[in-house]
Amino acid sequence: MNMSQTVMVLLRRELMLAMRRRGDVLTVLFFFVIVASLFPLGVGPDPKLLRLMGGGVVWVSALLAAMLSLGRLFASDYADGTLEQLILTPTPPVVWITGKILAHWLVSGVPLILVAPVLGVQFGLSNEALGVLVFSLLLGTPVLSLIGAIGAALTLGLRGGGVLVSLLVLPLYIPVLIFGAGAVDGAMSGLGSEAHLSLLGGILILAFMLTPWAVSAALRISIE
Amino acid sequence: MLEGKDLACVRGERTLFDHLNFTLHEGELLLVQGANGSGKTSLLRMLCGLMAPEFGEVLWRGKKIGAARESYHAEMAYFGHSPAVKEDLSAFENLDFACRLAGIPVKREEVKGALGHLGLGHCLNLPAKSLSQGQRRRVALSRLLLAKARLWILDEPLTALDQAALKLVQSLLGEHLRQGGMALLTTHQPVMIPGITPKILDLSA
Amino acid sequence: MINRFNKYRYASPATFYRLAGRLIPWFYGAAALFCVAGLYIGLFLAPTDFQQSEAYRIIFIHVPAAWMSMFIYVVMACWAALGLAFNTRMSFMMASALAPTGAMLTFVSLWTGALWGKPTWGAWWVWDARLTSELILFFLYLGFMALQSAIDDPRRADRAGALIALVGVVNVPIIYFSVRWWNTLHQGASVSMTKAPSMASIMLVGMLVMALAAWMYTIAAALSRARCIILERERNAQWVAQMLEAEA
Repeated sequence: MNMSQTVMVLLRRELMLAMRRRGDVLTVLFFFVIVASLFPLGVGPDPKLLRLMGGGVVWVSALLAAMLSLGRLFASDYADGTLEQLILTPTPPVVWITGKILAHWLVSGVPLILVAPVLGVQFGLSNEALGVLVFSLLLGTPVLSLIGAIGAALTLGLRGGGVLVSLLVLPLYIPVLIFGAGAVDGAMSGLGSEAHLSLLGGILILAFMLTPWAVSAALRISIE
Repeated sequence: MLEGKDLACVRGERTLFDHLNFTLHEGELLLVQGANGSGKTSLLRMLCGLMAPEFGEVLWRGKKIGAARESYHAEMAYFGHSPAVKEDLSAFENLDFACRLAGIPVKREEVKGALGHLGLGHCLNLPAKSLSQGQRRRVALSRLLLAKARLWILDEPLTALDQAALKLVQSLLGEHLRQGGMALLTTHQPVMIPGITPKILDLSA
Repeated sequence: MINRFNKYRYASPATFYRLAGRLIPWFYGAAALFCVAGLYIGLFLAPTDFQQSEAYRIIFIHVPAAWMSMFIYVVMACWAALGLAFNTRMSFMMASALAPTGAMLTFVSLWTGALWGKPTWGAWWVWDARLTSELILFFLYLGFMALQSAIDDPRRADRAGALIALVGVVNVPIIYFSVRWWNTLHQGASVSMTKAPSMASIMLVGMLVMALAAWMYTIAAALSRARCIILERERNAQWVAQMLEAEA
């Protein structure tokens, strides 16, 4: 069987599982919305300030939501033995790991992208900035899933794995945050966002090529 | 042929076993015995390739399993402590996905046949969360029938099974061995398969 | 533990333990010597800066600490890579032994950066690109140590820590670049720490001597910490029992 078929089968399985556990998907989504809505309550309703902060706030919320959803990536497969069986398939681990990360992004990243414009409107972002926000999330959230997968794989089965994963992963998320929020800022201030978006795209390509290997090594370490 | 050469296993700071040698030929059954904590599960995971031995090597048809990973995994089926059955999927979906991911496309009829063989014909479309522990283990065991692997590595396949299922699994093992398959298992129950004298590997010794 | 587990002689914990024990006093001595010399140059010989007056003298601690903190992370990643590639237990132990010193020096450089910031910029903390990168480096150290301490099995702890160190070292340039980028966009021309107007050569000498002191201290501290790790891990080994008997 070729590799794209494996990825397709895995995607179908993961989406089916997510459909049967819709609650988990919605929890992450509502977390995203709530965190973003807390900021105006914390700093006050001044529209000028909110417009200035909007892009950054939505991006920080996306970072936190992505991190929160990492627990779903490997933990249940690890607990019920599916992960061992996946490792023991003839398919190279990098292939199905990529499939799993892709599925994770579809389930927890894409909903964030769909809701983000609503949050952007709450912060008074311009139409152009809303478009840039969506596009930057489209480039950036897959990176969050990719890098996060390393942390999720390393902390499998550990006490306090959830908090630990944040300590490992959040510092590595910083470049995505900077370029993602920077792109929205660029659109708002009229400085342009092309440079930010191309850097974000570069990071995506790099992460896509490298992280599955790191995740594969991490899973081997954790499963021994 | 599966060979273990001079294997050593260290867990934490304890050496569980060292200088372990064995060979397993077609049609042979190897029983791994030993007290709790003597490294039975570790040995099995080592033979699968889930764990690297501290020393020594595992050979499949004369090649190191790390080097021949793909062909080895295609011919080997592992049954571990956790049955790898997803609660949210039905018995059929569980087996169907497991086989497809392992690169073996299966028809619905075959899955039905395998489940029926293990006495779970009526559970085909039931979600696994409604099945008992023993039934889940049987779902996992029916994967062995579908995978058609040459080598079975089974960790405690007989726990949590009722009398009927015990007999059934032993007859499945007999069938597999008579067709030239190989099996390696740990168990605390006596294994009786007509016409087969199992080799014994005792880790406590 | 059986002899065949020690593939490489100098990578063997027992040999390393004895060798390190002999070397540590020398490194500590050298560190103290360089430190006294460096501080003397920095505090007494170096001229007063006409812009920043005496406050600038903190760079004799700040800059070497910052250099060393970054360098240690790279060295740690090298040990980690060696360990993963050759499965030598000593390499992993060296990586874990370096981390606390690295984190400590990162903290020192942040602390002294704040002390320097107050008279220079009028604020304890400025989101300057270097300070921010240093803060993120501190987080990376913390992540490494937290991961290792959360894992009970030493083999897994070694390898998981090694992997996160490698992932970190690949990311450090990207993080540094992104923070620089962010900083220039948001602050425009801020006061840069390196653009100290025409640094007198005596200042440079002082900083280099202090950097040497940091080197010696790091080596000594890492070696002593590695010795502790060895004792802890090999407490049931024969050579430890023999050594303790001989000492008693």
